[in-house]
Amino acid sequence: MTNRFNRRFLTLGLAAGMLSAAPAMADTLNYVIAFPAGGESDVTARLQEPVLKSVSGKDIVIQYKVGAGGATAWASLNKLPADGSTVMGTNLPHIFLQPMQKDVGYKSEDLINIYVFELTPDAIVVPVDSPYKTLKDLIDAAKKTPGAITMAGSGTNTGPHLSATTLNKLTGTKITYIPFSGTATSVAAMLGKQVNAAMTFTTAAMQQGDRVRMLAVATEQRLSTHPDVPTFKELGYDMVSGVYRGIAVPKATSEADRKRLSELFGKVNADAGFRKKMVDAGFVMTDIPYEKVGPFLDAKRKEYEAAAREVGMIK
Amino acid sequence: MNHFDSVLAAMSPGNLLLAFIGVVAGTVIGAMPGLTATMAVAVLVPFTFTMEPAPALIMLGAIYTGAIYGGAYSAVLLNTPGTPSAIATTFDGFPMAKRGDGDLAITLACLSSVVGGLVGAVCLLLLAPPLAEVALAFGPIEYFWLAILGLTLVAALSEGDAWKGIAGACVGLLLSMIGSAIVGGDIRYTLDTEFLLGGIDVVPALIGLFCIPVLVDLVVSREEHLELEGKVAGFRLREAIGIALRNKVNLARSSTIGTVIGMLPGAGGSIAALVAYSEARRSSSDPASFGKGNPAGIIASESSNNATVGGGFIPTLVLGIPGTPADAVVLGALLVQGIKTGPALFNEQGAIAYTFIFGLLIATVLMLPVGLVLGRYAYRSIIAVPKSLLVPGIAFLTVIGSYAIHNNVDDVIVMFGTGVIGWGMSRFGFGPAPIVLGLILGPLAEQGFVQGWMIGSATDNLLGMYFGRPISLAIIGVATLTLLYPTFSRLYHDRKTRRGATRADR
Repeated sequence: MTNRFNRRFLTLGLAAGMLSAAPAMADTLNYVIAFPAGGESDVTARLQEPVLKSVSGKDIVIQYKVGAGGATAWASLNKLPADGSTVMGTNLPHIFLQPMQKDVGYKSEDLINIYVFELTPDAIVVPVDSPYKTLKDLIDAAKKTPGAITMAGSGTNTGPHLSATTLNKLTGTKITYIPFSGTATSVAAMLGKQVNAAMTFTTAAMQQGDRVRMLAVATEQRLSTHPDVPTFKELGYDMVSGVYRGIAVPKATSEADRKRLSELFGKVNADAGFRKKMVDAGFVMTDIPYEKVGPFLDAKRKEYEAAAREVGMIK
Repeated sequence: MNHFDSVLAAMSPGNLLLAFIGVVAGTVIGAMPGLTATMAVAVLVPFTFTMEPAPALIMLGAIYTGAIYGGAYSAVLLNTPGTPSAIATTFDGFPMAKRGDGDLAITLACLSSVVGGLVGAVCLLLLAPPLAEVALAFGPIEYFWLAILGLTLVAALSEGDAWKGIAGACVGLLLSMIGSAIVGGDIRYTLDTEFLLGGIDVVPALIGLFCIPVLVDLVVSREEHLELEGKVAGFRLREAIGIALRNKVNLARSSTIGTVIGMLPGAGGSIAALVAYSEARRSSSDPASFGKGNPAGIIASESSNNATVGGGFIPTLVLGIPGTPADAVVLGALLVQGIKTGPALFNEQGAIAYTFIFGLLIATVLMLPVGLVLGRYAYRSIIAVPKSLLVPGIAFLTVIGSYAIHNNVDDVIVMFGTGVIGWGMSRFGFGPAPIVLGLILGPLAEQGFVQGWMIGSATDNLLGMYFGRPISLAIIGVATLTLLYPTFSRLYHDRKTRRGATRADR
C-alpha cells in the first residue's frame, strides 16, 4: 500500500513537473508517453500497466512528456537512462512523417523500436441514417459529382489525411477531405451531418455504437467485434492503415535488455484479459517482437513515404 | 436501478468525502495562476485509475468544477485569471478588490459559480440527450460566427479607446497563427525555429500577459497590493445574495449561455464567460459601469464558466465527444475504467452515469461552504502577506504553472516573452484581455472559416454556407446587436437629453 502510494505521489509529482527526472530505482520500469494523460496512447499504456507489472515484477511508472505531436518526447529518448529501466511509446506514422517534413530534433532511425503491440485501424464512418449504406454507395456518389462528397478527418498531413488521399487514388474519385482539430471534432462534424463521412479510427467509431455505420475498415481481416463490416482489401482497395503503437528504448540500451523488454511486452500482449479489453475498444493486436520490428518498420516507412509524396507533404 | 438509488449511492460517505476532497483540491489548484482546470484533472487522473468508476468520476467532476471556480480568486485578487475561464472575471473583479470589495467579489463569485454549476448539472441530468443534438447542429460556420461574436467584445472591453483594443486583438490573432496550421498544415511565422512550430499556447501567454505586468507594478510601486483602510474581510453573504437576487435574469442567462457553449466541442469555459459577460453588459441599463467593478460582470462570468462543466459533460457522456479539454481527459479515464460512453452509457451503465451526475450536483453544492471559507482565507492571506513574499511567491507559481502544462521549458520562455510584451504594451495603455481574446478565438475563427469555405465550395453553396443557416444567422444577429447597440443607445440617449434640454429652454 505504501509502495503504491509512493508511486502515486511520484506520478503526481512528475505530472505536475515538480521533478525533472525519475530516480532510477532498480525495481521500477519507467514508461514514457508522448501524449497527455487520458489520450489514446495513455489509455493503451494504462491497460498494459497491470499486466506489465505482474510479468516484470516491477513497479511501472507512467510519465508524460507532451509536446509537438509527440516529437518533444521522441527527441529526448536517447538522452534517457539506457540501463533497461526506461521505455517510451512510439506512434506510426508520426515517427516517420515528422522527420520527413522538417527537423524535429530526431530522425526515424534514431528510435530503437523493440515491439509493435497494436494497430488502431482507419475506418470510414457515416451516420446510421446516412443514404450511403456501403462504401460503393459513397464512391459512386463521389464519381457522379466529383468533389461534392466531403469527408472529415483529424488534421492535415496526418494519418487520416494520408488515408483519405490514398483512397481517392485507389478509387479514382475525388472526395473532399476536410481537416478538423482532432478525432473528436471530426466525428462530431460527421454525426451532425456537417460532412458526409469521416475518415477516423475503429476506436472512435466503436465509441459511437449504433449511432454510426462503418463502411469499411483498413485491416487485413475483418474485426472480430464487427464481422459484418468489410475490409478495404476485400472491396478491392489495397489499404491497411491506421496508427500503430510501439515501444522504443534509448539507443545505448544493450542488446540483451532490448530482447528482455521485447519479451515482456510480448507477454503482455499474450494476456487474454488485456487482449479482450483492447479488442473490445476497437484496437487490433499486432504482436511484432524485436526480431521482426526492423523489416516491418522498413515496409511501413516505404508505404507512408509514397503516400506522403502523393499528398504533396514531401517533395 | 432508479434515480433514488443513484442519489443514495452518490451520497455514500466515501463518495461525499471524495467530492469534498475534489472540490478543495480543485479550488486550490485553480486558484494558482497557471495551474488550469484541465491540468488539475490531468494531474489527478492517475489516482483514479485504481478506484471504482463512479467514485473516480465524482472526484474528477468535483476537481474540475472546483478548479473552474478557484480561477476566480486570482482573477479578483491579482488581476490574473487562475484558469482561462476566469479571464472575464478579472474585468470587474479586480476593480472591486481595488476599492476594497474583494471579499464581496469572492462571495459573489462563489454564489454565481454554484448557481451556474447547478444549472449545468441539472441540464446534464434532465436534458442530456436532446441537448447533445443541439451541440451537433453547430457546424464549422457556427463556430466561426461564435468566434466573431466573441471578438465583438473587444469593442466593449476597450471603452474609450477602441483602436487600442482592436490593435491588441489583432496582435492576439497574429500570435494565434504562429506554428503549423491545423487546417492546411502550412507553417507560419516560425522564423524557421523548432521552438515556434507548436504555436503559442494560450495558458503561458495568459500567465505572461496578465501576471507579469501585475508583478512588475507590485515591485515598482510603493503602495500595498490592495488598500484596505481598517476594513475587516468578511463573507458579506447577505449583501452578495441581495446582489445575486437583483441579477437573477443575468444569472439565468449566463448559466444558459455557459451550458450551451460548454456543450460545443472546441469552445470551452473562456469563450462561454466572454460571451456571457458581453451579453450581460449589452443588456444592462448601465453598460458603462462594466469593467469598473460592476458585480454583474462577475456574476455573468462565474456563473457561465461553471455551467460549462455540466454542459461539457453532455456531449462527453452522450456522444463520447469531449465538450472541453478537461472532458477529454475525463473521457480517457472512462476508457481506462472500461466504461463505454455514448448511448450505451445511459442504458447499460446508467447506474454509474446517474451516480456521477448526482455526485457532480453534490460537489457543486459543497462548493458553497468550501468556496466561502477558502475564499476568505485566500483574501486574508493575499492582504496579510507582505509584498516581498507575495511577488516571489506568485513569480514562482507562474514559472511552475507554465512549465507544468507540457513539462516543457519552451512554455516558460513563451510566458516570459509574452510577459515582457504585455508589460511594454500596458505602459502604452494596451490591456492584456484583447490580446488573449484574439489568441483564443483566432484558431476557432480560422478553422471554422476555412472548413466552411471547403465544404461550401465542395457543395457549391458558399453563400448559403456562411449566411443561410439558422443558428449562424442568430449568432450574426447577436453580434451585430452587440456592436451597434452602444452606438444606438448613445444616439437615442443624446436625442432624449437634447429634447429634454429644448423643452427646458422653452
